[in-house]
Amino acid sequence: MKLLIAFLAGLLMSVGMAISKMIDPQKVLAFLDLSGDWDPSLALVMAGALAVYSVGYRLFIHKPAPLFDKQFYLPTARYIDKPLLIGAAVFGLGWGMVGYCPGPAISALSSGSSGTLGFVLAMIAGWFIARKIKLPFTQA
Amino acid sequence: MENFTPVSALIGGALIGLGTLLLLVGLGRIAGISGITSTLLFQKEDKLWRLAFVLGLVAGPLLTALFYQDFSYSTPELSPFTLAAGLLVGLGTAWGSGCTSGHGVCGIGRFSPRSLAATLVFMLFGVLAASLLF
Repeated sequence: MKLLIAFLAGLLMSVGMAISKMIDPQKVLAFLDLSGDWDPSLALVMAGALAVYSVGYRLFIHKPAPLFDKQFYLPTARYIDKPLLIGAAVFGLGWGMVGYCPGPAISALSSGSSGTLGFVLAMIAGWFIARKIKLPFTQA
Repeated sequence: MENFTPVSALIGGALIGLGTLLLLVGLGRIAGISGITSTLLFQKEDKLWRLAFVLGLVAGPLLTALFYQDFSYSTPELSPFTLAAGLLVGLGTAWGSGCTSGHGVCGIGRFSPRSLAATLVFMLFGVLAASLLF
């Protein structure tokens, strides 16, 4: 059952990215690029997702455990530190260059596009390197 | 704003919200795509549900194409520029502990100040890069 839930969760998110066209880098760039013919659609994708998640989270998080596991696994970090901010800035630059964040890039792998595959492999290389080279900053 | 598609954006967004919520309600996990995928690749524990989740991601467009006959989307050219962007996205999401799904949806949805800060920063830099480059 855990595997089915995980598969369905990924599938729902991916269908959502497909229907909203967030899977299309041109659509994402049309939102991020304020200099051209601006397309605010992506803001509504975020708003729709946040509306569902924030309400559902508040209704459910008081339960002792999720349905198919013994405990919740929630992030415990609280500090807004330099690795968080520098990482987010580096991520944002890459996102604005091509229009892919990790979800749409992985979803679009089924297109067979060599550019998509190359992006995902480079992203995996980035994950690997970042595990070896931690940013040399402690918590701010 | 002639390409503005508010209805499909809201419906798609709500589906993304449902998927992230399902992972929380079912498994108690944050549906952060960069975290789940990189953990699947580089750590040993709990690989199976993470693999199932990533397979669901890959299957999404295939399922969508069954219902929408004219479903199509652009993809980037394979170029050093595309690879550099992928590398930055990998480095940044690992150092910053999350991406659009983990920080932007789950984190802000939990009212996490850390995720709100991260989302504002990657949005700002995404806008800067796209607006200056294109």
